Amino acid sequence: MPASFPDLYFPVLLQVVIAFAVATGLVAMAFLVGKRVRGKVKEMPYECGIPPTGSARERFSVKFYLVAMVFILFDIEAIFLYPWAVVYRELKLFAFVEMFVFIALILAGFFYIWKKGVLNWSREEPEVVTERRYPDAV
Amino acid sequence: MAQLWEHPLTVPVIVMIVILAGFPLVAGYMVLVERKVLADMQVRLGPMRVGPHGLLQPIADALKLLLKEDVVPAHADKLLFWIAPIVSVFTALTAFAVLPFSHNVYITDVNVGVLVVSAMGAVGILGIILGGWSSNSHYPLLGALRSSAQLVSYEVALALALLCGVMSAGSLSMVEIVNVQRERGIWFVFDNYGLMVVPFVIYFIAAAAETNRAPFDLPEAESEIVAGFHTEYSGFRWALFMLAEYAHIFVVASVAVTLFWGGWLRPFPNLPWSAALDYLAPLVVIAGAGTGSLWLVRGLREPGHRMLLGVVGVALIGLGATFLVPAVNAAVIGLFWFLLKVGGIVYVLIWFRGTFPRLRYDQLMKAGWRWLIPLGLASVLLNALVGVWRQG
Repeated sequence: MPASFPDLYFPVLLQVVIAFAVATGLVAMAFLVGKRVRGKVKEMPYECGIPPTGSARERFSVKFYLVAMVFILFDIEAIFLYPWAVVYRELKLFAFVEMFVFIALILAGFFYIWKKGVLNWSREEPEVVTERRYPDAV
Repeated sequence: MAQLWEHPLTVPVIVMIVILAGFPLVAGYMVLVERKVLADMQVRLGPMRVGPHGLLQPIADALKLLLKEDVVPAHADKLLFWIAPIVSVFTALTAFAVLPFSHNVYITDVNVGVLVVSAMGAVGILGIILGGWSSNSHYPLLGALRSSAQLVSYEVALALALLCGVMSAGSLSMVEIVNVQRERGIWFVFDNYGLMVVPFVIYFIAAAAETNRAPFDLPEAESEIVAGFHTEYSGFRWALFMLAEYAHIFVVASVAVTLFWGGWLRPFPNLPWSAALDYLAPLVVIAGAGTGSLWLVRGLREPGHRMLLGVVGVALIGLGATFLVPAVNAAVIGLFWFLLKVGGIVYVLIWFRGTFPRLRYDQLMKAGWRWLIPLGLASVLLNALVGVWRQG
Protein backbone atom coordinates (compact mmCIF):
# COMPACT_ATOMS: atom_id res chain seq x y z
CA MET A 1 0.00 0.00 0.00
CA PRO A 2 1.12 3.56 -0.58
CA ALA A 3 2.44 5.45 2.39
CA SER A 4 2.23 9.11 1.46
CA PHE A 5 -0.39 11.29 3.09
CA PRO A 6 -2.49 12.21 0.01
CA ASP A 7 -2.39 8.62 -1.27
CA LEU A 8 -3.83 7.36 2.01
CA TYR A 9 -6.59 9.94 2.24
CA PHE A 10 -7.60 10.03 -1.42
CA PRO A 11 -9.69 6.83 -1.12
CA VAL A 12 -11.57 8.37 1.83
CA LEU A 13 -12.37 11.41 -0.28
CA LEU A 14 -13.38 9.17 -3.16
CA GLN A 15 -15.65 7.21 -0.83
CA VAL A 16 -17.28 10.46 0.37
CA VAL A 17 -17.93 11.58 -3.21
CA ILE A 18 -19.24 8.22 -4.45
CA ALA A 19 -21.36 7.62 -1.34
CA PHE A 20 -22.88 11.09 -1.75
CA ALA A 21 -23.54 10.39 -5.43
CA VAL A 22 -25.15 7.02 -4.65
CA ALA A 23 -27.42 8.54 -1.97
CA THR A 24 -28.44 11.42 -4.22
CA GLY A 25 -28.95 9.05 -7.13
CA LEU A 26 -31.26 6.81 -5.08
CA VAL A 27 -33.39 9.76 -3.99
CA ALA A 28 -33.53 11.11 -7.54
CA MET A 29 -34.45 7.68 -8.92
CA ALA A 30 -37.29 7.32 -6.41
CA PHE A 31 -38.39 10.84 -7.33
CA LEU A 32 -38.54 9.92 -11.03
CA VAL A 33 -40.07 6.44 -10.69
CA GLY A 34 -42.71 6.98 -8.01
CA LYS A 35 -46.01 8.58 -8.94
CA ARG A 36 -47.24 11.65 -7.10
CA VAL A 37 -50.74 12.85 -6.41
CA ARG A 38 -50.76 16.06 -4.43
CA GLY A 39 -53.46 16.86 -1.95
CA LYS A 40 -54.00 19.46 0.74
CA VAL A 41 -54.85 16.95 3.43
CA LYS A 42 -52.09 14.57 2.40
CA GLU A 43 -49.46 17.25 2.78
CA MET A 44 -50.51 18.23 6.27
CA PRO A 45 -48.05 17.40 9.05
CA TYR A 46 -48.85 14.12 10.78
CA GLU A 47 -50.65 14.57 14.06
CA CYS A 48 -52.41 11.25 14.67
CA GLY A 49 -55.45 12.16 12.63
CA ILE A 50 -56.41 15.52 14.14
CA PRO A 51 -55.65 18.85 12.39
CA PRO A 52 -52.24 20.06 13.54
CA THR A 53 -52.22 22.88 16.08
CA GLY A 54 -49.70 25.68 15.78
CA SER A 55 -46.22 25.69 14.35
CA ALA A 56 -43.66 23.06 15.25
CA ARG A 57 -41.02 25.74 15.57
CA GLU A 58 -41.44 26.05 19.30
CA ARG A 59 -39.10 26.65 22.16
CA PHE A 60 -37.90 23.53 23.89
CA SER A 61 -36.49 22.59 27.26
CA VAL A 62 -33.23 24.20 28.31
CA LYS A 63 -32.04 20.74 29.36
CA PHE A 64 -31.15 19.97 25.76
CA TYR A 65 -28.83 22.99 25.61
CA LEU A 66 -27.20 22.00 28.89
CA VAL A 67 -26.59 18.48 27.62
CA ALA A 68 -25.05 19.89 24.45
CA MET A 69 -22.68 22.11 26.42
CA VAL A 70 -21.64 19.39 28.83
CA PHE A 71 -21.15 17.06 25.87
CA ILE A 72 -18.72 19.46 24.21
CA LEU A 73 -16.62 19.62 27.38
CA PHE A 74 -16.51 15.87 27.83
CA ASP A 75 -15.95 15.07 24.19
CA ILE A 76 -13.01 17.45 24.05
CA GLU A 77 -11.68 15.74 27.16
CA ALA A 78 -12.03 12.31 25.54
CA ILE A 79 -10.37 13.49 22.32
CA PHE A 80 -7.58 15.09 24.37
CA LEU A 81 -6.89 11.67 25.90
CA TYR A 82 -6.39 9.99 22.51
CA PRO A 83 -2.82 11.21 21.79
CA TRP A 84 -1.81 10.17 25.28
CA ALA A 85 -3.41 6.74 24.79
CA VAL A 86 -1.25 6.14 21.70
CA VAL A 87 2.07 6.87 23.41
CA TYR A 88 1.42 6.22 27.11
CA ARG A 89 3.57 3.08 27.07
CA GLU A 90 6.66 5.06 26.16
CA LEU A 91 5.95 7.89 28.61
CA LYS A 92 5.20 5.44 31.44
CA LEU A 93 4.31 6.59 34.94
CA PHE A 94 5.11 10.27 34.36
CA ALA A 95 2.36 10.74 31.76
CA PHE A 96 0.00 8.53 33.72
CA VAL A 97 0.25 10.79 36.77
CA GLU A 98 -0.27 13.89 34.63
CA MET A 99 -3.34 12.36 33.00
CA PHE A 100 -4.59 11.27 36.40
CA VAL A 101 -4.46 14.91 37.54
CA PHE A 102 -6.23 15.99 34.35
CA ILE A 103 -9.00 13.42 34.78
CA ALA A 104 -9.30 14.31 38.47
CA LEU A 105 -9.89 17.96 37.53
CA ILE A 106 -12.52 16.92 34.99
CA LEU A 107 -14.15 14.70 37.61
CA ALA A 108 -14.30 17.63 40.02
CA GLY A 109 -16.26 19.54 37.39
CA PHE A 110 -18.39 16.48 36.77
CA PHE A 111 -19.17 16.21 40.46
CA TYR A 112 -20.12 19.91 40.50
CA ILE A 113 -22.61 19.65 37.60
CA TRP A 114 -23.98 16.45 39.12
CA LYS A 115 -24.70 18.21 42.43
CA LYS A 116 -26.07 21.25 40.57
CA GLY A 117 -28.67 18.93 39.07
CA VAL A 118 -27.65 19.24 35.41
CA LEU A 119 -27.78 15.47 35.06
CA ASN A 120 -31.25 15.24 36.64
CA TRP A 121 -33.49 14.81 33.65
CA SER A 122 -36.76 14.58 35.55
CA ARG A 123 -37.39 17.45 37.95
CA GLU A 124 -37.19 15.23 41.02
CA GLU A 125 -37.05 11.59 41.86
CA PRO A 126 -40.45 9.91 41.42
CA GLU A 127 -42.48 10.00 44.59
CA VAL A 128 -42.79 6.85 46.60
CA VAL A 129 -46.45 6.07 47.13
CA THR A 130 -46.77 5.44 50.85
CA GLU A 131 -50.51 5.18 51.23
CA ARG A 132 -53.29 3.93 49.03
CA ARG A 133 -55.55 6.75 48.00
CA TYR A 134 -58.55 4.48 47.58
CA PRO A 135 -58.21 1.85 50.30
CA ASP A 136 -61.35 0.04 49.22
CA ALA A 137 -60.22 -0.47 45.64
CA VAL A 138 -58.17 -3.56 45.08
CA MET B 1 -3.29 -5.61 -17.25
CA ALA B 2 -0.57 -6.47 -14.78
CA GLN B 3 0.18 -2.78 -14.44
CA LEU B 4 -3.42 -2.04 -13.63
CA TRP B 5 -3.32 -4.73 -10.94
CA GLU B 6 -0.19 -3.20 -9.44
CA HIS B 7 -1.75 0.25 -9.20
CA PRO B 8 -2.24 1.23 -5.54
CA LEU B 9 -5.83 2.34 -6.12
CA THR B 10 -7.06 -0.90 -7.74
CA VAL B 11 -7.96 -2.83 -4.59
CA PRO B 12 -9.53 0.18 -2.80
CA VAL B 13 -11.71 0.99 -5.80
CA ILE B 14 -12.88 -2.61 -6.18
CA VAL B 15 -13.73 -2.84 -2.46
CA MET B 16 -15.45 0.54 -2.66
CA ILE B 17 -17.64 -0.52 -5.58
CA VAL B 18 -18.53 -3.83 -3.94
CA ILE B 19 -19.51 -2.04 -0.71
CA LEU B 20 -21.54 0.74 -2.29
CA ALA B 21 -23.30 -1.55 -4.75
CA GLY B 22 -23.72 -4.44 -2.34
CA PHE B 23 -24.53 -2.81 0.96
CA PRO B 24 -28.17 -1.91 0.18
CA LEU B 25 -28.72 -5.62 -0.50
CA VAL B 26 -26.83 -6.59 2.68
CA ALA B 27 -28.93 -4.12 4.67
CA GLY B 28 -32.08 -5.63 3.19
CA TYR B 29 -30.99 -9.08 4.30
CA MET B 30 -29.98 -7.75 7.73
CA VAL B 31 -33.60 -6.60 8.08
CA LEU B 32 -34.82 -10.04 6.99
CA VAL B 33 -32.50 -11.78 9.48
CA GLU B 34 -33.66 -9.41 12.21
CA ARG B 35 -37.32 -10.11 11.45
CA LYS B 36 -36.68 -13.84 11.35
CA VAL B 37 -34.69 -13.89 14.59
CA LEU B 38 -37.23 -11.73 16.43
CA ALA B 39 -40.01 -13.93 15.08
CA ASP B 40 -38.18 -16.99 16.34
CA MET B 41 -37.76 -15.42 19.80
CA GLN B 42 -41.48 -14.68 19.89
CA VAL B 43 -42.43 -18.16 18.60
CA ARG B 44 -43.67 -16.85 15.26
CA LEU B 45 -42.58 -17.68 11.73
CA GLY B 46 -41.79 -14.19 10.42
CA PRO B 47 -41.91 -13.43 6.67
CA MET B 48 -42.82 -16.61 4.79
CA ARG B 49 -44.65 -15.57 1.62
CA VAL B 50 -42.13 -14.04 -0.77
CA GLY B 51 -39.73 -16.77 -1.80
CA PRO B 52 -38.92 -19.87 0.28
CA HIS B 53 -39.09 -18.89 3.97
CA GLY B 54 -39.24 -15.22 2.94
CA LEU B 55 -35.88 -15.34 1.18
CA LEU B 56 -36.88 -12.79 -1.48
CA GLN B 57 -38.67 -10.45 0.93
CA PRO B 58 -35.93 -7.74 0.91
CA ILE B 59 -36.07 -7.49 -2.89
CA ALA B 60 -39.85 -7.15 -2.84
CA ASP B 61 -39.57 -4.51 -0.11
CA ALA B 62 -36.99 -2.52 -2.05
CA LEU B 63 -39.13 -2.53 -5.22
CA LYS B 64 -42.21 -1.51 -3.25
CA LEU B 65 -40.38 1.37 -1.58
CA LEU B 66 -39.00 2.54 -4.91
CA LEU B 67 -42.49 2.78 -6.40
CA LYS B 68 -44.03 4.42 -3.35
CA GLU B 69 -45.27 7.96 -3.41
CA ASP B 70 -42.89 10.52 -1.99
CA VAL B 71 -44.86 12.93 0.20
CA VAL B 72 -43.32 16.23 1.32
CA PRO B 73 -45.32 18.07 4.00
CA ALA B 74 -46.63 21.45 2.84
CA HIS B 75 -44.76 23.59 5.37
CA ALA B 76 -41.55 21.61 5.41
CA ASP B 77 -38.19 23.18 4.65
CA LYS B 78 -37.95 21.51 1.23
CA LEU B 79 -34.19 21.72 0.74
CA LEU B 80 -33.26 20.39 4.18
CA PHE B 81 -35.99 17.77 3.92
CA TRP B 82 -34.25 16.49 0.79
CA ILE B 83 -30.74 16.71 2.16
CA ALA B 84 -31.31 15.02 5.56
CA PRO B 85 -31.52 11.37 4.40
CA ILE B 86 -28.62 11.90 2.03
CA VAL B 87 -26.46 13.20 4.88
CA SER B 88 -27.41 10.19 7.00
CA VAL B 89 -26.54 7.69 4.29
CA PHE B 90 -23.33 9.14 3.00
CA THR B 91 -21.79 9.61 6.45
CA ALA B 92 -22.66 6.01 7.38
CA LEU B 93 -21.21 4.69 4.13
CA THR B 94 -18.07 6.83 4.35
CA ALA B 95 -17.14 5.14 7.62
CA PHE B 96 -16.67 1.92 5.61
CA ALA B 97 -13.59 3.51 4.03
CA VAL B 98 -11.41 2.70 7.05
CA LEU B 99 -12.83 -0.67 8.12
CA PRO B 100 -10.23 -3.45 7.78
CA PHE B 101 -12.24 -6.40 6.46
CA SER B 102 -9.13 -8.50 6.11
CA HIS B 103 -5.35 -8.15 5.87
CA ASN B 104 -5.76 -7.59 2.12
CA VAL B 105 -9.31 -6.25 1.85
CA TYR B 106 -9.75 -2.64 2.94
CA ILE B 107 -10.22 0.66 1.19
CA THR B 108 -7.53 2.59 2.97
CA ASP B 109 -5.57 2.48 6.19
CA VAL B 110 -5.30 6.05 7.47
CA ASN B 111 -3.34 6.53 10.67
CA VAL B 112 -6.37 7.96 12.51
CA GLY B 113 -8.93 5.37 11.42
CA VAL B 114 -10.70 5.24 14.79
CA LEU B 115 -11.21 8.99 14.70
CA VAL B 116 -12.59 8.88 11.14
CA VAL B 117 -15.25 6.41 12.25
CA SER B 118 -16.18 8.52 15.32
CA ALA B 119 -16.27 11.68 13.21
CA MET B 120 -18.57 10.13 10.63
CA GLY B 121 -20.87 8.90 13.41
CA ALA B 122 -20.98 12.44 14.83
CA VAL B 123 -21.80 14.03 11.46
CA GLY B 124 -24.48 11.40 10.97
CA ILE B 125 -26.37 12.92 13.92
CA LEU B 126 -26.77 16.00 11.75
CA GLY B 127 -28.91 14.05 9.28
CA ILE B 128 -31.29 13.11 12.10
CA ILE B 129 -31.52 16.67 13.45
CA LEU B 130 -32.05 18.14 9.97
CA GLY B 131 -34.69 15.54 9.14
CA GLY B 132 -36.61 16.17 12.35
CA TRP B 133 -36.42 19.93 12.21
CA SER B 134 -37.16 20.39 8.52
CA SER B 135 -40.39 18.37 8.70
CA ASN B 136 -42.03 21.24 10.61
CA SER B 137 -44.16 18.85 12.60
CA HIS B 138 -44.31 18.17 16.31
CA TYR B 139 -43.36 14.52 16.56
CA PRO B 140 -40.30 14.69 14.31
CA LEU B 141 -39.00 17.70 16.21
CA LEU B 142 -39.37 15.90 19.54
CA GLY B 143 -37.75 12.80 18.06
CA ALA B 144 -34.85 14.80 16.68
CA LEU B 145 -34.22 16.58 20.00
CA ARG B 146 -34.34 13.35 21.98
CA SER B 147 -32.17 11.67 19.46
CA SER B 148 -29.47 14.33 19.41
CA ALA B 149 -29.35 14.54 23.22
CA GLN B 150 -29.14 10.76 23.46
CA LEU B 151 -26.48 10.40 20.78
CA VAL B 152 -24.19 13.08 22.19
CA SER B 153 -24.57 11.64 25.70
CA TYR B 154 -23.52 8.16 24.67
CA GLU B 155 -20.83 9.35 22.31
CA VAL B 156 -18.63 10.33 25.26
CA ALA B 157 -18.92 6.86 26.76
CA LEU B 158 -18.22 5.38 23.33
CA ALA B 159 -15.09 7.50 22.92
CA LEU B 160 -13.82 6.49 26.38
CA ALA B 161 -14.39 2.80 25.68
CA LEU B 162 -12.57 3.05 22.34
CA LEU B 163 -9.76 4.81 24.17
CA CYS B 164 -9.04 1.62 26.13
CA GLY B 165 -8.68 -0.36 22.92
CA VAL B 166 -6.40 2.31 21.49
CA MET B 167 -4.28 2.17 24.65
CA SER B 168 -3.81 -1.56 24.31
CA ALA B 169 -2.80 -1.21 20.66
CA GLY B 170 -0.80 2.01 20.87
CA SER B 171 -2.14 3.08 17.48
CA LEU B 172 -5.20 4.69 15.92
CA SER B 173 -4.88 2.86 12.61
CA MET B 174 -7.45 0.10 12.29
CA VAL B 175 -5.11 -2.28 10.44
CA GLU B 176 -2.31 -1.65 12.92
CA ILE B 177 -4.65 -2.37 15.86
CA VAL B 178 -5.36 -5.85 14.47
CA ASN B 179 -1.69 -6.43 13.66
CA VAL B 180 -0.74 -5.67 17.27
CA GLN B 181 -3.32 -8.24 18.41
CA ARG B 182 -1.73 -10.79 16.08
CA GLU B 183 1.78 -10.07 17.34
CA ARG B 184 0.74 -10.30 20.98
CA GLY B 185 -1.45 -13.31 20.24
CA ILE B 186 -4.47 -12.04 22.17
CA TRP B 187 -7.81 -10.48 21.35
CA PHE B 188 -7.93 -7.18 23.23
CA VAL B 189 -11.17 -8.05 24.98
CA PHE B 190 -9.13 -10.53 27.04
CA ASP B 191 -6.20 -8.17 27.54
CA ASN B 192 -4.99 -6.69 30.87
CA TYR B 193 -5.94 -9.84 32.79
CA GLY B 194 -9.54 -9.60 31.60
CA LEU B 195 -10.02 -5.95 32.63
CA MET B 196 -10.69 -5.00 29.00
CA VAL B 197 -14.07 -6.69 29.23
CA VAL B 198 -15.33 -3.58 31.05
CA PRO B 199 -14.65 -1.13 28.18
CA PHE B 200 -16.11 -3.65 25.75
CA VAL B 201 -19.36 -3.83 27.71
CA ILE B 202 -19.44 -0.01 27.90
CA TYR B 203 -18.76 0.17 24.17
CA PHE B 204 -21.50 -2.32 23.43
CA ILE B 205 -24.14 -0.51 25.49
CA ALA B 206 -23.12 2.87 24.06
CA ALA B 207 -23.09 1.43 20.53
CA ALA B 208 -26.64 0.14 20.95
CA ALA B 209 -27.63 3.65 22.02
CA GLU B 210 -25.67 5.26 19.17
CA THR B 211 -27.47 3.18 16.57
CA ASN B 212 -30.90 3.91 18.10
CA ARG B 213 -31.46 0.24 18.79
CA ALA B 214 -33.76 -1.16 21.44
CA PRO B 215 -33.68 -0.76 24.43
CA PHE B 216 -32.41 2.73 23.52
CA ASP B 217 -34.75 3.35 20.59
CA LEU B 218 -36.42 6.37 22.20
CA PRO B 219 -35.89 8.60 19.13
CA GLU B 220 -38.35 6.34 17.32
CA ALA B 221 -40.51 5.22 20.23
CA GLU B 222 -43.71 4.34 18.38
CA SER B 223 -45.94 4.42 21.43
CA GLU B 224 -44.95 7.98 22.33
CA ILE B 225 -43.85 9.96 19.31
CA VAL B 226 -45.04 7.90 16.32
CA ALA B 227 -41.81 7.31 14.42
CA GLY B 228 -39.66 10.10 15.82
CA PHE B 229 -37.52 12.10 13.43
CA HIS B 230 -38.68 10.27 10.30
CA THR B 231 -42.43 10.48 10.94
CA GLU B 232 -42.94 12.67 7.86
CA TYR B 233 -40.70 10.62 5.61
CA SER B 234 -42.20 8.13 3.23
CA GLY B 235 -41.12 5.98 0.33
CA PHE B 236 -37.50 5.74 -0.61
CA ARG B 237 -36.28 8.61 1.54
CA TRP B 238 -37.54 6.74 4.58
CA ALA B 239 -35.71 3.70 3.21
CA LEU B 240 -32.51 5.75 3.09
CA PHE B 241 -32.80 6.48 6.82
CA MET B 242 -33.21 2.74 7.39
CA LEU B 243 -30.22 2.04 5.14
CA ALA B 244 -28.17 4.52 7.16
CA GLU B 245 -29.26 2.87 10.40
CA TYR B 246 -28.22 -0.58 9.25
CA ALA B 247 -24.96 0.74 7.79
CA HIS B 248 -24.31 2.31 11.17
CA ILE B 249 -25.01 -0.99 12.94
CA PHE B 250 -22.56 -2.74 10.61
CA VAL B 251 -19.93 -0.07 11.29
CA VAL B 252 -20.20 -0.17 15.09
CA ALA B 253 -20.11 -3.98 15.00
CA SER B 254 -17.01 -3.84 12.78
CA VAL B 255 -15.29 -1.40 15.11
CA ALA B 256 -16.10 -3.65 18.07
CA VAL B 257 -14.63 -6.61 16.19
CA THR B 258 -11.52 -4.67 15.18
CA LEU B 259 -10.73 -3.16 18.55
CA PHE B 260 -11.86 -5.90 20.91
CA TRP B 261 -12.39 -9.16 19.05
CA GLY B 262 -9.27 -9.50 16.96
CA GLY B 263 -10.52 -8.24 13.59
CA TRP B 264 -9.79 -10.79 10.89
CA LEU B 265 -7.76 -13.08 13.22
CA ARG B 266 -8.87 -16.59 14.09
CA PRO B 267 -9.21 -17.64 17.75
CA PHE B 268 -5.78 -18.22 19.36
CA PRO B 269 -3.97 -16.59 16.41
CA ASN B 270 -0.50 -17.40 17.75
CA LEU B 271 -0.98 -21.15 18.26
CA PRO B 272 -0.19 -23.31 15.22
CA TRP B 273 -2.78 -26.01 15.97
CA SER B 274 -5.61 -23.48 15.72
CA ALA B 275 -4.86 -23.14 11.99
CA ALA B 276 -7.14 -26.15 11.63
CA LEU B 277 -9.98 -23.82 12.58
CA ASP B 278 -9.34 -21.89 9.36
CA TYR B 279 -10.55 -24.93 7.45
CA LEU B 280 -13.03 -26.35 9.92
CA ALA B 281 -15.03 -23.23 10.80
CA PRO B 282 -16.04 -22.18 7.26
CA LEU B 283 -17.00 -25.75 6.49
CA VAL B 284 -19.15 -26.02 9.60
CA VAL B 285 -20.74 -22.56 9.28
CA ILE B 286 -21.27 -22.12 5.53
CA ALA B 287 -21.72 -25.72 4.44
CA GLY B 288 -23.78 -26.30 7.58
CA ALA B 289 -26.11 -23.47 6.55
CA GLY B 290 -26.30 -25.04 3.08
CA THR B 291 -27.20 -28.44 4.53
CA GLY B 292 -29.83 -26.75 6.69
CA SER B 293 -31.33 -25.12 3.60
CA LEU B 294 -31.49 -28.48 1.80
CA TRP B 295 -33.15 -29.96 4.86
CA LEU B 296 -35.76 -27.19 4.81
CA VAL B 297 -36.56 -27.95 1.16
CA ARG B 298 -38.45 -31.07 2.24
CA GLY B 299 -41.13 -29.01 3.96
CA LEU B 300 -41.84 -26.77 0.95
CA ARG B 301 -44.65 -27.45 -1.49
CA GLU B 302 -44.24 -24.90 -4.26
CA PRO B 303 -41.82 -26.16 -6.96
CA GLY B 304 -40.27 -22.72 -7.57
CA HIS B 305 -39.53 -22.29 -3.88
CA ARG B 306 -38.10 -25.81 -3.63
CA MET B 307 -35.79 -25.18 -6.55
CA LEU B 308 -34.59 -21.79 -5.29
CA LEU B 309 -33.83 -23.03 -1.79
CA GLY B 310 -32.17 -26.13 -3.25
CA VAL B 311 -29.90 -23.99 -5.43
CA VAL B 312 -29.06 -21.75 -2.43
CA GLY B 313 -28.25 -24.82 -0.34
CA VAL B 314 -25.99 -26.38 -2.96
CA ALA B 315 -24.27 -23.02 -3.58
CA LEU B 316 -23.57 -22.62 0.15
CA ILE B 317 -22.14 -26.13 0.40
CA GLY B 318 -19.98 -25.40 -2.64
CA LEU B 319 -18.84 -22.13 -1.09
CA GLY B 320 -17.93 -23.91 2.14
CA ALA B 321 -16.01 -26.52 0.15
CA THR B 322 -13.92 -23.88 -1.69
CA PHE B 323 -12.45 -22.93 1.69
CA LEU B 324 -10.71 -26.32 1.67
CA VAL B 325 -8.44 -25.20 -1.20
CA PRO B 326 -5.35 -23.81 0.59
CA ALA B 327 -4.73 -20.96 -1.88
CA VAL B 328 -8.36 -19.76 -1.72
CA ASN B 329 -8.41 -20.23 2.02
CA ALA B 330 -5.36 -18.03 2.55
CA ALA B 331 -6.95 -15.26 0.49
CA VAL B 332 -10.44 -15.14 1.99
CA ILE B 333 -10.22 -16.63 5.49
CA GLY B 334 -9.66 -13.19 7.06
CA LEU B 335 -12.83 -11.89 5.46
CA PHE B 336 -14.69 -14.96 6.72
CA TRP B 337 -13.63 -14.49 10.33
CA PHE B 338 -14.33 -10.76 10.22
CA LEU B 339 -17.84 -11.18 8.84
CA LEU B 340 -18.55 -14.09 11.19
CA LYS B 341 -17.68 -11.95 14.21
CA VAL B 342 -19.63 -8.97 12.87
CA GLY B 343 -22.58 -11.32 12.39
CA GLY B 344 -22.25 -12.47 15.99
CA ILE B 345 -22.28 -8.90 17.30
CA VAL B 346 -25.26 -7.97 15.11
CA TYR B 347 -27.05 -11.06 16.38
CA VAL B 348 -26.55 -9.95 19.99
CA LEU B 349 -27.92 -6.49 19.10
CA ILE B 350 -31.04 -8.16 17.67
CA TRP B 351 -31.20 -10.31 20.79
CA PHE B 352 -31.21 -7.09 22.86
CA ARG B 353 -34.20 -5.91 20.90
CA GLY B 354 -36.01 -9.16 21.50
CA THR B 355 -35.25 -9.12 25.23
CA PHE B 356 -35.16 -5.68 26.84
CA PRO B 357 -38.08 -3.28 27.23
CA ARG B 358 -37.50 0.32 26.20
CA LEU B 359 -36.04 2.68 28.80
CA ARG B 360 -37.76 5.84 29.97
CA TYR B 361 -36.01 9.00 28.79
CA ASP B 362 -34.78 10.15 32.21
CA GLN B 363 -33.50 6.64 32.91
CA LEU B 364 -31.64 6.73 29.63
CA MET B 365 -29.90 10.02 30.36
CA LYS B 366 -29.16 8.95 33.92
CA ALA B 367 -27.64 5.67 32.76
CA GLY B 368 -25.49 7.49 30.23
CA TRP B 369 -24.16 10.31 32.36
CA ARG B 370 -24.13 8.87 35.87
CA TRP B 371 -23.05 5.32 35.10
CA LEU B 372 -21.39 4.85 31.75
CA ILE B 373 -19.20 7.97 31.70
CA PRO B 374 -17.74 7.62 35.25
CA LEU B 375 -17.31 3.89 34.60
CA GLY B 376 -15.61 4.67 31.29
CA LEU B 377 -13.18 7.10 32.95
CA ALA B 378 -12.46 4.56 35.69
CA SER B 379 -11.76 1.82 33.18
CA VAL B 380 -9.45 4.13 31.21
CA LEU B 381 -7.42 4.87 34.35
CA LEU B 382 -7.42 1.25 35.51
CA ASN B 383 -6.33 -0.12 32.14
CA ALA B 384 -3.66 2.58 31.87
CA LEU B 385 -2.36 1.66 35.32
CA VAL B 386 -2.25 -2.04 34.48
CA GLY B 387 -0.59 -1.24 31.16
CA VAL B 388 2.09 0.90 32.81
CA TRP B 389 2.64 -1.69 35.51
CA ARG B 390 3.02 -4.52 32.99
CA GLN B 391 5.51 -2.40 31.08
CA GLY B 392 7.62 -2.37 34.26
